[in-house]
Amino acid sequence: MADPRGFLNIRHRETQPRRPVPLRLLDYREVSERQRAGTLQAQASRCMDCGVPFCHQGCPLGNLIPEFNDLVYRQRMDEAADRLLQTNNFPELTGRLCPAPCEAACVLGINQPAVTIKQVEAELAGHLLDAGAFTPQPPARHTGARIAVVGSGPAGLAAAQQLTRVGHTVVVFERDEAPGGLLRFGIPDFKLDKRVLERRLEQLRAEGTIFRTGVNIGVDVGWDELRRDYDAVIIAIGAGEPRDLPVPGRELDGVHFAMQYLTDSNRVVSQARRSPRIDARGKHVVILGGGDTGADCLGTALRQQAASVTTLAIGQQPPAERGPGHPWPTVPPLFEVQSSHEEGGQRSYLASTVRFNGRQGRVIGVTVAETEFVAGSRLPKPGTEKLNKADLVLLALGFTGPEKAGLDEQVSIDFDNLGNVARDGYYHTGADNVFAAGDAGRGQSLIVWAIAEGRSVAAAVDRHLQGHTMLPAPVAPTDRAISIM
Amino acid sequence: MSMTGVQLNASPDGGGEPISSPYTRFAALPGAQGLYDPGAEKDACGLAMIASLKNEASHRIVEQALTALRRLEHRGATGADADTGDGAGILLHLPDRFLRQVTDFQLPEPGRYAVGMAFLPAAPAERQAAVAAVQQLAEAEGLTVLGWRQVPVDARVLGAVARECMPHIAQFFVTGVPSGRALDAVCWRIRRRAQHRHGVYFASFASGTLVYKGMVSTAQLDRFYPDLADARLGTRCAIVHSRFSTNTFPSWPLAQPLRTIAHNGEFNTVQGNRNWMRARQSQLASELLGEVPEELFPICTPGASDSTSFDEVAELLMLSGRHPAAAIMMMIPQAWEHDEHMDRDLRAFYEYHAMLIEPWDGPAAVCFTDGQLAGAVLDRNGLRPARWLTTADGLLVLASEVGVVDVPAQQVTAKGRVAPGTVFLLDVAAGRIIPDAQLKAELAAAAPWAKWVGQNKRRLHQLPQREHVHHNAASVRQRQLTFGYTNEELRLLLGPMAATGTEPLGAMGTDTPVAVLSERDRLLFDYFTQSFAQVTNPPLDAIREALVTCLATSIGPEGNLLQPGPVSAEQIALDYPVLDNDQLDQVLFLRDGHGARQSLRVRGLYRPAGGDRELRARLDEICEKVCAAVHRGVRFIVLSDRDSSAAWAPIPSLLLVSAVHHHLLSSSTRTRVSLLVETGDAREVHHVALLIGYGASAVNPYLALESVEQMALEGTLPGVDPAPDGRTAAANLARALGQGVLKIMSKMGISTIASYCGAQTFEALGLGRELVDEYFTGTPSRLDGIGLEVIARETAARHARAYPDHPSHPGTGTGSSAVSGAPQLPGGGEYQWRRGGPPHLFDPQTVFRLQHSTRTRRYDVFKRYTAAVDEQAAELKTLRGLLRLNTQAATPVPIQEVEPVSAIVTRFATGAMSYGSISAEAHETLAIAMNRLGGKSNTGEGGEDPARLNDPLRRSAIKQIASGRFGVTSRYLSSAADIQIKMAQGAKPGEGGQLMSTKLYPWIARTRHSTPGVGLISPPPHHDIYSIEDLAQLIHDAKCANPSARIQVKLVSEAGIGTVAAGVAKAKADVVLISGHDGGTGASPLNSLKHAGTPWEIGLAEAQQTLILNGLRQRVTLQADGQLKTGRDVVIAALLGAEEFGFATAPLVVSGCIMMRVCHLDTCPVGVATQNPELRERFSGKAEFVVNFFQFLAQEVRELLAALGARTLDEVIGRVELLDTAQAAAHYKARGLDLGPITHVPPVAPAARRRTTGQQHGLENHLDRRLLAQAGPALAAGTPVRLAASVSNTDRSVGTLLGHHLTRAAFDADRPADTITVRLQGQAGQSLGAFLPAGITLRLAGDANDYVGKGLSGGIIAVHPGSGSACPPEEQVIAGNVIGYGATSGQLYINGRVGERFAVRNSGATLVAEGIGEHGCEYMTGGTVAVLGPTGRNFAAGMSGGVAWVLDFDPRRLNPLAAAGQELLIGPLDDAQAGQLHALLTEHIARTGSPLAQRLVLDWDTSRTRFTSIIPRHYAAIEELRTHAADSGQNPDSAQMWTQILEVTRG
Repeated sequence: MADPRGFLNIRHRETQPRRPVPLRLLDYREVSERQRAGTLQAQASRCMDCGVPFCHQGCPLGNLIPEFNDLVYRQRMDEAADRLLQTNNFPELTGRLCPAPCEAACVLGINQPAVTIKQVEAELAGHLLDAGAFTPQPPARHTGARIAVVGSGPAGLAAAQQLTRVGHTVVVFERDEAPGGLLRFGIPDFKLDKRVLERRLEQLRAEGTIFRTGVNIGVDVGWDELRRDYDAVIIAIGAGEPRDLPVPGRELDGVHFAMQYLTDSNRVVSQARRSPRIDARGKHVVILGGGDTGADCLGTALRQQAASVTTLAIGQQPPAERGPGHPWPTVPPLFEVQSSHEEGGQRSYLASTVRFNGRQGRVIGVTVAETEFVAGSRLPKPGTEKLNKADLVLLALGFTGPEKAGLDEQVSIDFDNLGNVARDGYYHTGADNVFAAGDAGRGQSLIVWAIAEGRSVAAAVDRHLQGHTMLPAPVAPTDRAISIM
Repeated sequence: MSMTGVQLNASPDGGGEPISSPYTRFAALPGAQGLYDPGAEKDACGLAMIASLKNEASHRIVEQALTALRRLEHRGATGADADTGDGAGILLHLPDRFLRQVTDFQLPEPGRYAVGMAFLPAAPAERQAAVAAVQQLAEAEGLTVLGWRQVPVDARVLGAVARECMPHIAQFFVTGVPSGRALDAVCWRIRRRAQHRHGVYFASFASGTLVYKGMVSTAQLDRFYPDLADARLGTRCAIVHSRFSTNTFPSWPLAQPLRTIAHNGEFNTVQGNRNWMRARQSQLASELLGEVPEELFPICTPGASDSTSFDEVAELLMLSGRHPAAAIMMMIPQAWEHDEHMDRDLRAFYEYHAMLIEPWDGPAAVCFTDGQLAGAVLDRNGLRPARWLTTADGLLVLASEVGVVDVPAQQVTAKGRVAPGTVFLLDVAAGRIIPDAQLKAELAAAAPWAKWVGQNKRRLHQLPQREHVHHNAASVRQRQLTFGYTNEELRLLLGPMAATGTEPLGAMGTDTPVAVLSERDRLLFDYFTQSFAQVTNPPLDAIREALVTCLATSIGPEGNLLQPGPVSAEQIALDYPVLDNDQLDQVLFLRDGHGARQSLRVRGLYRPAGGDRELRARLDEICEKVCAAVHRGVRFIVLSDRDSSAAWAPIPSLLLVSAVHHHLLSSSTRTRVSLLVETGDAREVHHVALLIGYGASAVNPYLALESVEQMALEGTLPGVDPAPDGRTAAANLARALGQGVLKIMSKMGISTIASYCGAQTFEALGLGRELVDEYFTGTPSRLDGIGLEVIARETAARHARAYPDHPSHPGTGTGSSAVSGAPQLPGGGEYQWRRGGPPHLFDPQTVFRLQHSTRTRRYDVFKRYTAAVDEQAAELKTLRGLLRLNTQAATPVPIQEVEPVSAIVTRFATGAMSYGSISAEAHETLAIAMNRLGGKSNTGEGGEDPARLNDPLRRSAIKQIASGRFGVTSRYLSSAADIQIKMAQGAKPGEGGQLMSTKLYPWIARTRHSTPGVGLISPPPHHDIYSIEDLAQLIHDAKCANPSARIQVKLVSEAGIGTVAAGVAKAKADVVLISGHDGGTGASPLNSLKHAGTPWEIGLAEAQQTLILNGLRQRVTLQADGQLKTGRDVVIAALLGAEEFGFATAPLVVSGCIMMRVCHLDTCPVGVATQNPELRERFSGKAEFVVNFFQFLAQEVRELLAALGARTLDEVIGRVELLDTAQAAAHYKARGLDLGPITHVPPVAPAARRRTTGQQHGLENHLDRRLLAQAGPALAAGTPVRLAASVSNTDRSVGTLLGHHLTRAAFDADRPADTITVRLQGQAGQSLGAFLPAGITLRLAGDANDYVGKGLSGGIIAVHPGSGSACPPEEQVIAGNVIGYGATSGQLYINGRVGERFAVRNSGATLVAEGIGEHGCEYMTGGTVAVLGPTGRNFAAGMSGGVAWVLDFDPRRLNPLAAAGQELLIGPLDDAQAGQLHALLTEHIARTGSPLAQRLVLDWDTSRTRFTSIIPRHYAAIEELRTHAADSGQNPDSAQMWTQILEVTRG
């Protein structure tokens, strides 16, 4: 550590600069901008190079955070990037999309604003992009083994890249028309410029990873067939089953799952489609769910020039600071101001949806009541109903698990009691040669967990095929973030 | 003194029946069992020499010597059997007249016959055979046997155990043609054969000396040997010795004096000395040795003590014709290396002999005699005392203490002390003391030493130079992988060393697995831990006392030790033990006059695919190759692993060098060649130290050097100029490694690299016995462990990573850069936790759970914490993890019946963490918690805020005394429940400490009695403990300073700790604390954190077993600490013998510590280990959290006790039967481990395995009791009283007990000076006026011994010769060594000269003496010192405060470091100072009547100009600043002033 007193000299946390709201609402370009090198260096100097770096534990990938912070402080960007790439295949994605559990665990965060780890990572990714350094790393020779990865989200891509680089022949199947999964269709461009994703995919292809898009495994090609044709199959299909809200009026026109809306918008932005099928322009939009997806809907709706956007969350407004129930270094639920929140819209809490009101089959409003906590469940408090005007309702209530189509019948995969694909300590499902990684096995989670699982399943598969592996496995299937219990 | 294992002595010619060694026959040492090893026994003692200055033999000399012996009783000890002493004896110049009277046969004239004092077998039949055999030997040598005299003995006076192994004692008279030394040489040959072949021991066998000795206490000696009381027995010279052994087992031969010497001290290097003696045996040639010398070898008898080995070599040298003093000077050379003022010829004498024999290093006072000359020397650093006086009636008395013989003051003609570097020599026949200078001039002129040296010795830089080879990045990286380098090593170790030239510091303890329990492949170096000095010998301060150290050595073949002459072989002087690549090349290309190569590079490589068989075969091959080369005349062997490749892996360099070293030793060719190591694996100071310790003369760590060159070129070393070729970085690294080795040597008290080479001061942890016996012969490895196959496996694993079957895949995280594709090093994680790195007991999960559970009082979460720690422990991270509680065999009891939490927590203590290293908030939180619980917190070594001392809520019950003595005052000690003497600290045993100036905020300085902004040093040793009897003295002092306090002695686990613990128990400690190697620290060199000491499990078990074997267990309480974290840890410690338990890291974590490991930087972000006020505000700990922790812990202990079927902890203490080692996990490395020695069941009932009786401190008869009886009015009401008493040297710590009572009577305010005045008459024992508080004045007319005014706390002490003394007092030595150590206030006036280390660590007292020895004012931080006479060398070393005024100061006496650094302001006194000095001299006159002071004052205008003022620069500046601030009404402790102070000290 070059500056042991850095955290005392630089007191303020300075994160990513963002473009001005009025300007950025005019387009879908990324809202974040690069940080000045001097600021970055100063911020990196705040890292204390802890004897027990909790950040390094908080990050499922095990990013070598103190080391790259130090190297950034000493302006050795190439080495810092190298250190980052040692544990993370896609820092350009995590630098943009990861909610940074590392920062929640940062020791400095006990009594001072945490080190801007995510920002350092984003800048290192930027440095790599600037340098054109997504250099392909093709294997020196091939093993002859064939591996099918089903799903091209972060878990699938990480697994594919790791396995390709050690010489296996990897085919990634994607049911949509282009690879990327949620990265491509779920995340709006203002958070992730798709050109960044393309750069990474180019690298994967150059290394030898094969992509088969538009193939829906279980439908177009059977799982059993896949298992027959490949030496190993990795299920990385994510947790695509959205949580529904079965209240009266759910069937009304204008009530959509958030992901339908975002996918549609993303296709328009990428010019795959000329105009949106679900368009918020001029509408009163109500978003149910206060999470990341809700925020993405908000930003999209504002860019589509909605008349108003209201986000309703069933729970309490989270506190601005860590509460006693969520001691350091656990990740606390905090009131977040994401970029979309800066841009407009209303946020309501303790709003329990009673019904969707409609007219002629179209939604015109949402009736909500105050949430009441009864025996641990959240119920609408009778007599407090109010009507919110709504022309477009987006359900951003999270996901319940992987889509099961075909898995259970075709290869008799087991599911755990939460509905996720069951697997052993080495990501192996009950079916021979079939592995599962990412949200499909873990349930809805963070992008870093997905990449970590992708890397780990790659190690497991390599070991399964070769008898041994040198690939790192940062997490076990049962690992969870640090928590009180 | 230490011994090798006692073993049977086969007769040297290989045939015949094995004969029992006299060292076992006449001893009752138990064999090795469990962890007890008789080879670890140590001893120390007191000694005296009485001689006639008139060449008159008289019985009076014998009487005086016996009186002296009795008065040295307190320097000896008795064991469990109170009647069996540790041994005593007397060496006489041959009492010819007496012998003629008691023999019934005719004796030839004196000198023509010799007498053997034989210890014969007690059984008559064996005895007769032995007698016959001895006679035969004598006759075979051509001597005539005159007869035998049975020596009368009275065995009734012996203790039972001594009696059981008592030999039959007879005197054997022979004569022959030769006389004198020639006769002695014949006797020597007879004696050695008799011992080797027939097990007969001769206490002496010579024409000029006779030794009576035995397993008796000092008072028993003359009753046991009626001869000694016989008035006819007269001698002209006698040497007596009283032994203090760390065991309670008698051994007749080990009693001293030996044949030519008596020794007080311990030779730290003895293992290496013995090996080297054995190595040079084949080159010994002398008439003395006769025709068949092999049967006389080994010179150093196996199984004997270090003193015996020394005696054997000294005797050999003397008998071969060396002057006795020259023999001793060869073996204990004075510190000549850095003494530029030494006479050239004398220097050449030393330099010449350094090429023949390495120093025997360690604390020593040696009395020697060959029957004609008698003398005494001290070790090079003067670590043992020796005082002498002569009388008008022609007597010389020389002893460890003054006052051992009553001599009226008017009879004394001269008094002095033996000073380090001088030889005290008496020509007995001439009745003349030969001055040191004269003797040395004589010896220096005895041969053309300078010519011999000049013609034969070359310096490295005189050899031809070669072009520097630069190795590129790829090559460096490839080999870094081969040798298992990690990124962490580059970042945390090599980088800092290359940048700063010093070894980096770390903080907190190590909590990763020891090598043998590690899943990862580890370097062979990691299986060794450094030994360190504790209790029986002191570590040394290689920085402040650099003048005694030496890193230079010379390499090349040795000549014949016994025949001085021009050495035929050339030697090369090396200034430094670490060679850079170019220097090594210079040696490699050495040619002789005919152009033939003198060096051979031997490739230490093997094919890894061949596994251990190939490895073994290659080692054999290499050893043979080296042997052959030696016979060809090669002089330098370079063992090299430079050429490793895909096919060839490097043999671990330590294995390579030790294998070759031991092979050459056993083939007796070792001294014909020097070993150098060219290795890639050495990169830490620990590695370099090991290579040297196992036989390398110098090390070239080429890859480490090339690595930092590369780093410099890449620009990763801030502040290091990369040009040319990164050579600055390499030079810095070499410096750091060499200096680090010096520090490691210093920990063991070894001062020269020459005697460190091959000294093997290491212990193996987890190496198999076979492996050790074959390649690391003589190294302790108590738990067995891995063999060559695991070493091969680990080496191959590293090699495979460097040369993988498949190249590693860039970007996957497997080892290749995603950016450049270059291979990357593994991350590491030894020092800082990393995922995928080695596991740490404290990782994020455990820290979080521990904090959360104790903060929310959630026992369920706590159980999850302990489950995680215990599970980790079980996964082979700790030895205790391998032990299972044998609950199956137990019948559980209901938990309600188990003693309550409130009872268990009283056994808990928090660790010693100083106020200074941690914040007031953290310190008080722990104290409050422990006080609430009824447990104990510990002040640590930083003193205690006076406001807390007497506050039952906030005080720390345990007051620590460490080497710095910060804040140790009468008040501090008087308010202690326990007083803890810290002999070593787990994180850095054998090292001192330093509190950086930037952490010395005003409030810390106040508590430590020092100056804000001035750094503080804790010396490596306690300067009043250089041996076991010194520790006994400090325990006595502490007990007197507070009789109600328990005295604890804190030790660190290492091989031999059991015998040290036994010695400590005999020294009357109440509690012995065994710390593990993994204890925490605020700052320590990283190598100490990782590589010194062993886990507490081993140390505790060894201590427990040894105490039980010695019958001492019931006297002491055992406490254990070192990363104790869970209830299971506590119970395992209890089963291994601990009654109390210490915790430091865990309660700190509970208080908010998150293991930043930056305690040394003052940047602790949670306010625990910092003094920064802003950071302290962030402290979030609370006493109730700590209370919760200990209550949870106790609850868990209860649960485990219930499961074990026990209702109290007492029931399970020492119950090793309840531990199960059968299930030791199946890890491949742990399989070879044998935990049996740890769980060895002692042969005593469970109740005898813990403390039951306690110590008898014997304070009832203390002199102060009489004073107290009369001091009532002063104690009660402050009414002044005047008292008087006569004292003798057995009256120790006079005034201390009285002081304690005065302090207790008036705790909060100082009593006025002279409230109690005590006039003393006579020779005061050690520690006169220790911790004397304000209000007491001691005025001694007579002499004082060592440690006068130790910890002086406001009292006044005056020492003067008294009326009637004939000689001028300013020329006489009147008081001993280490005066005023740690004094905080008060006054000390000494009308005479004193010994070494005057005013060491003085922080506030005023001291006057009229001449001082070496190291004056060392580590002084405050106060005033006036020296009115000569000063010894190394004045003001480490002095950072206070002022010294020295008369006629000789600047060459100044500490070189301080002089070079310009740290001191040296100049004439200004008027204010002159005024102060004048007042001080006036007071000195008033207190002592000093004639010298009177003369000075009378002619003050001249006198004042003769004085020099010495004052530390920063201290002076800060004092001025603060005084100025106070004068102008500002707060000198303000934050603003602090900023200014920091500016001053930096600027």
